[in-house]
Amino acid sequence: MNRPIPSGTRDVLPDEMRELRAITGALHDVFIERGYGEVYTPAIEYEAVVGGHAVDIVGGGYHLFDEHGNVLVLRTDMTVPIARVVGSRYAHAELPLRFCYAAHVYRVVRAQRGHPRELLQAGIELIGSPAAGGTAEVLTVLCAALDAVGLQGYRIGLGDAALIPGLLAALEVPPDAAQRMLAELVTRDFVGLEHEAAEHGVADEVLAAATTRGGPEVLDAAPGPLADALAGLRGVHELLGPELASRVIFDLGLARDLDYYTGAVFEVYDEALGTPLAGGGRYDDLLGRFGRPLPAVGFAINVDRLHVALAGEERGLR
Amino acid sequence: MSDLRIAVPRGALFSDTLDLLASLGIDTDEVRANDRKLLFEDAGLITMRPSDVPTYVASGAADLGITGKDVLMEQSDRPVYELLDLGYGRCTMVLATIDGPDPAAEALRRLGVMRVATKYPRISAQYFEDTGRQAEIVEVKGSVELAPLTGLAEAIVDLTATGTTLRENGLVVREEIAVATARLIANPVAHKLRAAAIDDLVGRIRAR
Repeated sequence: MNRPIPSGTRDVLPDEMRELRAITGALHDVFIERGYGEVYTPAIEYEAVVGGHAVDIVGGGYHLFDEHGNVLVLRTDMTVPIARVVGSRYAHAELPLRFCYAAHVYRVVRAQRGHPRELLQAGIELIGSPAAGGTAEVLTVLCAALDAVGLQGYRIGLGDAALIPGLLAALEVPPDAAQRMLAELVTRDFVGLEHEAAEHGVADEVLAAATTRGGPEVLDAAPGPLADALAGLRGVHELLGPELASRVIFDLGLARDLDYYTGAVFEVYDEALGTPLAGGGRYDDLLGRFGRPLPAVGFAINVDRLHVALAGEERGLR
Repeated sequence: MSDLRIAVPRGALFSDTLDLLASLGIDTDEVRANDRKLLFEDAGLITMRPSDVPTYVASGAADLGITGKDVLMEQSDRPVYELLDLGYGRCTMVLATIDGPDPAAEALRRLGVMRVATKYPRISAQYFEDTGRQAEIVEVKGSVELAPLTGLAEAIVDLTATGTTLRENGLVVREEIAVATARLIANPVAHKLRAAAIDDLVGRIRAR
């Protein structure tokens, strides 16, 4: 008899589990070798402590009550719990701090779309290592990890979360209109973005920046107000090894759907998969909310998507 | 042409879409000549219902797609780029009831809720929430005009181009909810990995 499990969850049987273990094992070895210590944090946290930091535009987290009436939330990522750990357990520790993890996170999704509510993430956080150097280190670990599991044709989209907001400010777009434009950027609605920007006479500038993707040459062609953010990206690029640097696609309109990113942001794409398989970025303000203001950067690999991409590459998709 | 695969909607947008693609130098003759075949490998085209276009594009089974804004609004959680308003296929999403005294307003006043039949449950629910009215959404798959005529619902939310079907069924437009036109959409990964080919296509459509 078939006893159901909640939609968006699944049982993993030995054939799949063996492959997943091989992936997480290879990722783990790279993280450890690079000096990232593995941590585990509770699946449930107090909403009052971690809530409101990881607003996923798709839905958010699952909430429940404990026996005292406290609101608990199932973690929606590992970045916020690790920020909490740093604030409370490493308040005076020497910097930088390097952590890695492989853990399930839980996200509210629309029913019956086949989206997972429970997903396995493997990633790292580098805390207390500012700007270009820290970002380049994390990207280097990311690529070493993907190489270690045998992914071949991946590319890294690299942008900066401060870039378009900075451009809008420089163009003197009123804050409320800027908010609407950024929301349209996050939901990938360029038609809405163009419409909104046109009302403020800045459609050409905004659209040109938001759709700029390509090699390092695109950084030179971009308009003046973007200079600071672009200098940051150039700095990161110069620190990357040649093979990694050749995998980078600069993407000035890249907007990740978590609200805590402050600087460089990135995603991993592969021909064999129609959706990004990993992502991350700088979150220089998040640690401050947990009592220890520090620059930080990290990424999370979606292990199931990585597995699908690996299988797709084996089958020669594209 | 590049190796882009484009999802083409059959139905009301079909002919304008093929004209657009032909004007860009894509060979659409085979598609026009064959209404059973679905996959046209040489031209890089696949054909499907408009409401399936976002599904194929979101998954990466197609790099680009063309579908109505109504479909995109109804499936607003699909992670696809909306690149261009193509302008054609202009329709209006309307709230309509039978002619005469407004039965939906009457139901809302006396019963506190109106029953609304639609193929667009999400757009409808959002609209009534935004306008502060209680509505019971009845999802149907086709011939929405039948619902108010048979007492299934007091009102309908549907897409209309000319209003002819509404009129022929004795229905009148009470409110206009949104205007929908054809849109060009892109898969988020293809948008990065095939940036040059996609930008080239977008540029040529804009230049028309």
